[in-house]
Amino acid sequence: MSYFKRKLWAGKIQLVIALMLIAAVGLTGCSTKQEAADTKKPAEVTLLNVSYDPTRELYKEFNESFAKFWQAKTGQAVTVKQSHGGSGKQARSVLEGLEADVVTLALADDIYPLRDAGLISADWEKRLANNATPYTSTIVFLVRKGNPKNIKDWDDLIRPDVSVITPNPKTSGGARWNHLAAWGYGLRKFNNDENQTKDFLAKIYKNVPVLDTGARGSTTTFVERGIGDVLIAWENEALMATIELGKDKFDIVAPSISILAEPPVAVVDKVVEKKGTREVATAYLEYLYTEQGQEIAAKNFYRPRNETVAQKYANQFPKLNLFTIADLGGWNEAGKKHFADGGIFDQIYTPKK
Amino acid sequence: MAGHIALRQGTAAPQSRTTTESPVMRWLLIGIALTFLGLMLVIPLIAVFAKALESGFALYLKAISEPDALAAIRLTLLTVAFAVPLNAAFGLAAAWAIAKFDFRGKNFLITLIDLPFAVSPVIAGLVFVFLFGKPGIFWPWLSEHGIKIIFAPPGIILATIFVTFPFIARELIPLMQAQGTTEEEAALTLGASGWKTFWYVTLPNIKWALIYGVILASARAVGEFGAVSVVSGHIRGSTNTLPLHVEILYNEYQFVAAFAVASLMTLMAIFTLLIKNFVEWKVNQQAEKAAIHHGQTEDNHEY
Amino acid sequence: MLKQLLQKKHSILPGFGLTLGFTLFYLGLIVLVPLSTIFLKTLGLSVQQIWAIATEPRLVASYKLSLGASLAAAALNAVFGLIVAWVLVRYQFPGKKIIDGLVDLPFALPTAVAGITLTTLFAPNGWIGQYFAAAGIKVAFSPLGVVIALTFISLPFVVRMVQPILQSLDQEVEEAAACLGANRWQTFVKIIFPELLPALLTGFALAFARALGEYGSVVFISGNMPMQTEITPLLIMIKLEQYDYTGASVVAAVMLVASFLLLFLINILQWWSSTRHA
Repeated sequence: MSYFKRKLWAGKIQLVIALMLIAAVGLTGCSTKQEAADTKKPAEVTLLNVSYDPTRELYKEFNESFAKFWQAKTGQAVTVKQSHGGSGKQARSVLEGLEADVVTLALADDIYPLRDAGLISADWEKRLANNATPYTSTIVFLVRKGNPKNIKDWDDLIRPDVSVITPNPKTSGGARWNHLAAWGYGLRKFNNDENQTKDFLAKIYKNVPVLDTGARGSTTTFVERGIGDVLIAWENEALMATIELGKDKFDIVAPSISILAEPPVAVVDKVVEKKGTREVATAYLEYLYTEQGQEIAAKNFYRPRNETVAQKYANQFPKLNLFTIADLGGWNEAGKKHFADGGIFDQIYTPKK
Repeated sequence: MAGHIALRQGTAAPQSRTTTESPVMRWLLIGIALTFLGLMLVIPLIAVFAKALESGFALYLKAISEPDALAAIRLTLLTVAFAVPLNAAFGLAAAWAIAKFDFRGKNFLITLIDLPFAVSPVIAGLVFVFLFGKPGIFWPWLSEHGIKIIFAPPGIILATIFVTFPFIARELIPLMQAQGTTEEEAALTLGASGWKTFWYVTLPNIKWALIYGVILASARAVGEFGAVSVVSGHIRGSTNTLPLHVEILYNEYQFVAAFAVASLMTLMAIFTLLIKNFVEWKVNQQAEKAAIHHGQTEDNHEY
Repeated sequence: MLKQLLQKKHSILPGFGLTLGFTLFYLGLIVLVPLSTIFLKTLGLSVQQIWAIATEPRLVASYKLSLGASLAAAALNAVFGLIVAWVLVRYQFPGKKIIDGLVDLPFALPTAVAGITLTTLFAPNGWIGQYFAAAGIKVAFSPLGVVIALTFISLPFVVRMVQPILQSLDQEVEEAAACLGANRWQTFVKIIFPELLPALLTGFALAFARALGEYGSVVFISGNMPMQTEITPLLIMIKLEQYDYTGASVVAAVMLVASFLLLFLINILQWWSSTRHA
């Protein structure tokens, strides 16, 4: 290659590097400008709702409805940004500095660390009705169409011919409700004998071939991969799966007794104080309790708290006996006992020494 | 050109009966290789596109042109635009220091440069949380000044830089070591400045390795999932890169859309690989032409 | 101390201070300072505490899986990668260019996409998995699935390490061996293989190192069963989910040290390889 060509090449490379740098600077320039524009206009406000996996569809619809409501009421345009993921992971992101105005998580146990870190005030459960849980759900079984394995209740899950799908309670909030629902059933069956109940749970977990990291992963495993005879799932997930993922492919079985799953919501005080969004963030959560909010929750298969809305959608939800987390001593106690390192879930899986 | 890059140039080796295998053996080996690659690469590739186009081309287009997907594409490109040039500059500097000079602790330094390559992406994300997140050392200062690093584009860019850190340096160091320092020394003796020597002597010699490294680093930067997932915050439309967008779609049971975006990334990957092959083919051709025109003496009358 | 360590020998080339300075600065900023936070987090613990965390039964099981599956994947890649490199360098066949280009694909494909795709393929109802299922073999959601995912993501390394060496091999030596009466197999074992060995080992070790830390693709296909199919990076995630930053740091530190030692070994291998060729 001649000297001339080399020179040409060096020039080209110089040019490429220069262009890359310009592109880099240009792109960031744009993005910072945009952000600056956002803060200048008080007529617009942006909220960040950090939520867990199965609420995607719910909040998509709810955010639009709230934006209309808020615009009509105050004239302010509100954009609600969404972040979804496993409940524990989401709580951790907020703990690590993700600036969420509101958190809407799968269980109170994931909000306590935020409270302990001083991000959310200690009375958060008192600030909204029903311990700050605007909608509820429960844990049910999803089985293949026609229920070929004839699964009726928790007892059937320990049968050796039944394969059970549930996520890993260490990483999934939904799986914790599943675990505790089975635990509550076991306590009633064995007259509060915890050792027998633990054996009962161990037998269920023995039938589990896959522990996905999240509830959505488990649903995919059951529905798409065709693995397992029964999926232990949120009622709202199970209803959605039967309607959206495979019409006439699955049936829902309501066990004789299950847990009332109460997903909590909270304003993140530290963040709204800093951003000056307390008013709209509080209104956002309160809107969940209004008839419109409750209606949207019900449409997305969450059990509404509001009596009128509940009546209207009564046919959608199977009737079953429900106990609550308070019956198991509340999340503070149950969380530690079952899911901390060396807790009951670990004991089930770790071979005895 | 002395010490020309041994960079995957597919020139066929001359074959004679004594230095090749029997046809049966040859086709057996080709068969094994193709079966392995077919099973591990081609079928997954076909699966991605088959799933993406399952519900028709219109839906495919819709999936890759919705605002959230476009936002993810923008963020991904922004990340690449930062991470790759920075790592290229670093790669050149590191390769110059390591290949052209002798000093103690060189192997140790090379190992440190390689380290991000073997660090689990989970750890790669975690360390930036420990630095800039709430449990981190710089958090009080950052939050006081309203600077967001974690759960914002800077954090994503940092994590990507970390993950693609060794790629360009790794391509350049062995090549520059093999080339030695004689050409540069000659240029310097003839009075060229250090910068000139670098631009006109070193850079042309290593350009293909540099380009190859840039291609690899870009491809990896586009595709990084684990580390970015830890520092992104997963805010729809603002902190989701393409791989995270795929995960989100997948978790929304929008399998077709998920695979559509995945196939877009696959296309990007294939495209960069095509450029790489074209570049190699071009340089081969050029080298051959030059050899015909100038004979074998071209190196001698360059300066 | 560092200055002493990095004592340079005399050279007329300029820019040593500048380039090395920048290298060390950038290395420190991007890699060393961030990684040091992992060790900082473990500072408050005594050696016994660290040992207790690092040897929990579930973790030990995950080490076994991570090491075993990574070794298996690297070994698979060493064997098949060598054949692929050989075929790509020595033979002509239609579609060779395309195949050659495809080898880099696992580099470029996001690991999550790889994980989802492989799971779709190897699940009992997948294109490939159904045949295994018919034979009674469980691929996805078993250690075998982990091996497959790791083989996929570390596939380019052996091929890309061996290919250039194979290209630069002087075939005259092979001819000479043939003239002296060696058959093809003898020539390969005695002449070619020893030349390729350092590159092969480097490729093997690189593949191994890459596989060890992999997370994104594995979590989809492994099934994540405690004591059976949990990989070590997943356990870091699990510790984090419990807000156990210290525990996560201990596991991360164990992995970091392992990676570093492995890489150091690779660099010595490469140094060995380059001195052999010089």
